[in-house]
Amino acid sequence: MELFLEQLLNGIAIGFIYALITSGLALVYGILRILHVAHAAIYALGAYVGLGVYILTGSLIVAIPVSMAVCSLVGVAIEKFVYFPLLKYPPYVPLIASIALLIGIEEILRLAASPYIHAFPAEIPIDPVPLGPVTLSPILVTVYLVTVGVLAALWFISTRTELGLAMRASSQDLHIAGSLGINTSRIISITFTIGSSTAAIAGILVGIYFNQVYPTMGAVPAYKTLALIVVGGLGSVPGAVLASVLLGISETLLIGYAHIPLPRDALAFIAMIAVLMWRPQGLLGRR
Amino acid sequence: MSNYILTLGIFIVINGIVACGLNIIVGYAGQISLGHAAFFGIGAYTAALLATKAGFSFWMSLPVVIIVTGTVGLLLGLPSLRVREDFLAITTIGINFIVESIFMYVPFFGGALGIGGISRILFFGTRLREAGFLALAGSLLALSMLCSWWFARSWTGLACFSIRDDETAASSMGISPVLFKLIAFMAGTAMAGVGGSLYAHYMRFISATDFGFPVSVMILSMVVVGGMGTLWGPVLGALLLTVLPEVFRPLTEYRMLLYAALLLLMIRFQPGGLLGEYSVFRNLTRRLVGRGRS
Repeated sequence: MELFLEQLLNGIAIGFIYALITSGLALVYGILRILHVAHAAIYALGAYVGLGVYILTGSLIVAIPVSMAVCSLVGVAIEKFVYFPLLKYPPYVPLIASIALLIGIEEILRLAASPYIHAFPAEIPIDPVPLGPVTLSPILVTVYLVTVGVLAALWFISTRTELGLAMRASSQDLHIAGSLGINTSRIISITFTIGSSTAAIAGILVGIYFNQVYPTMGAVPAYKTLALIVVGGLGSVPGAVLASVLLGISETLLIGYAHIPLPRDALAFIAMIAVLMWRPQGLLGRR
Repeated sequence: MSNYILTLGIFIVINGIVACGLNIIVGYAGQISLGHAAFFGIGAYTAALLATKAGFSFWMSLPVVIIVTGTVGLLLGLPSLRVREDFLAITTIGINFIVESIFMYVPFFGGALGIGGISRILFFGTRLREAGFLALAGSLLALSMLCSWWFARSWTGLACFSIRDDETAASSMGISPVLFKLIAFMAGTAMAGVGGSLYAHYMRFISATDFGFPVSVMILSMVVVGGMGTLWGPVLGALLLTVLPEVFRPLTEYRMLLYAALLLLMIRFQPGGLLGEYSVFRNLTRRLVGRGRS
């Protein structure tokens, strides 16, 4: 029972981290209808910048905002110089551009900071929290608190502010939103800023959680998160979060208890194809 | 010619055949596929298993390979009837990852060790080395291109074009999207199978990672960079994207970065491909022809 609870808590943490990455991806897809594979490269970049600033200053409070700012700049630059001019072409054109960006950013990280795994020795000033028969380690508490905080902020922005209203309008129809007086290019940039900042936070959390930062850390999430936003219903942030948490839990529990001959990374795709055959619009998607 | 150049030529030709197959699915029928390497792999594994376990020669196994990959392509093309565009793109990525992990983890397919000891191709009793192999692969590429050309001119091709341009309009004219999408998937994956069979018999050792998702991206990039839906585009793309990494080889460390940068520049400034509508080449030839007329 204790082992099961620990596995479950770890699974939720993994699911929460997936949720942080996928919510940004779902936002971007919602507004531009682009499969932003390079989002995972921004997540890796976030971990690197976070680690670098942490080593320089010794403070996570400084490292996180700096990393968010750098990632936002890169995200907005990608949107302005690569995606926006390609919007009028079929979706595979920006997709290939995005894959080229993913490879390029990974290579830059590898060349700039060596191909080896860096440790992320952050100390979190929180006491372990006892929870029945198990205790929550400081990093688990941080992952839970940060994710819930970020998701709550996203929910608040999108449902309770004028900016959120403009973002939702733009994701329903970019041209009509523009003709109603919404500055759509600004809204797109803000969406990329929000998405890239959450990716930066996710990168730092993953770096601390596994104590590993390496150039290709974005490779597996890049495609797995695509599967997750499909399962959730393309462009639906709540759906993406739900799918992420479900996958995090089921991956951890299945690896712990069932002996499946396939690697855990294939699981996301099998689940995805099963869900798509049953509900082609995704779990919470609308037609 | 040195063996290095010949080997490079063989890879260009094999990639060209596989890219031609993908062009039928994506360029002609408009069904985005990011899992083409899976079919390349299914072809290679079928040929390898037939050669090592049943002692089939290349010539005996080729028809079997075409039938097997075509059938599997038909089965895995079924999702395309249910989902469209971005959903289809991600579904095919999923198919690629699943097929790769089956090759990797099921002992029958050699597991992580792959399959080795695949026989060379015999041509009237002589073993085909580099030059002979290049000639054989080249003629199979010519055959694939002939099939593509015939496909594009046939009634089936016309039906596929209409589905690509407007599926609803096409189906209201009595063209069955189900039938023609599946035909395109079958033809395209069968060509990937031919490429896979050549690959297995040339490398004589294959493993699951040879057919991973990055390979699918590479093949799709070839089709897009060359010019989607054109006859020569995929072959030009295969030529460019196979030769470029070799040209950059002296740069060792910076090789992949430069490759990524070039791919990004090409797709950013020639999104229709080098031979597609409104491309540099098309405009240039049009201007030359126009000047000749006036």
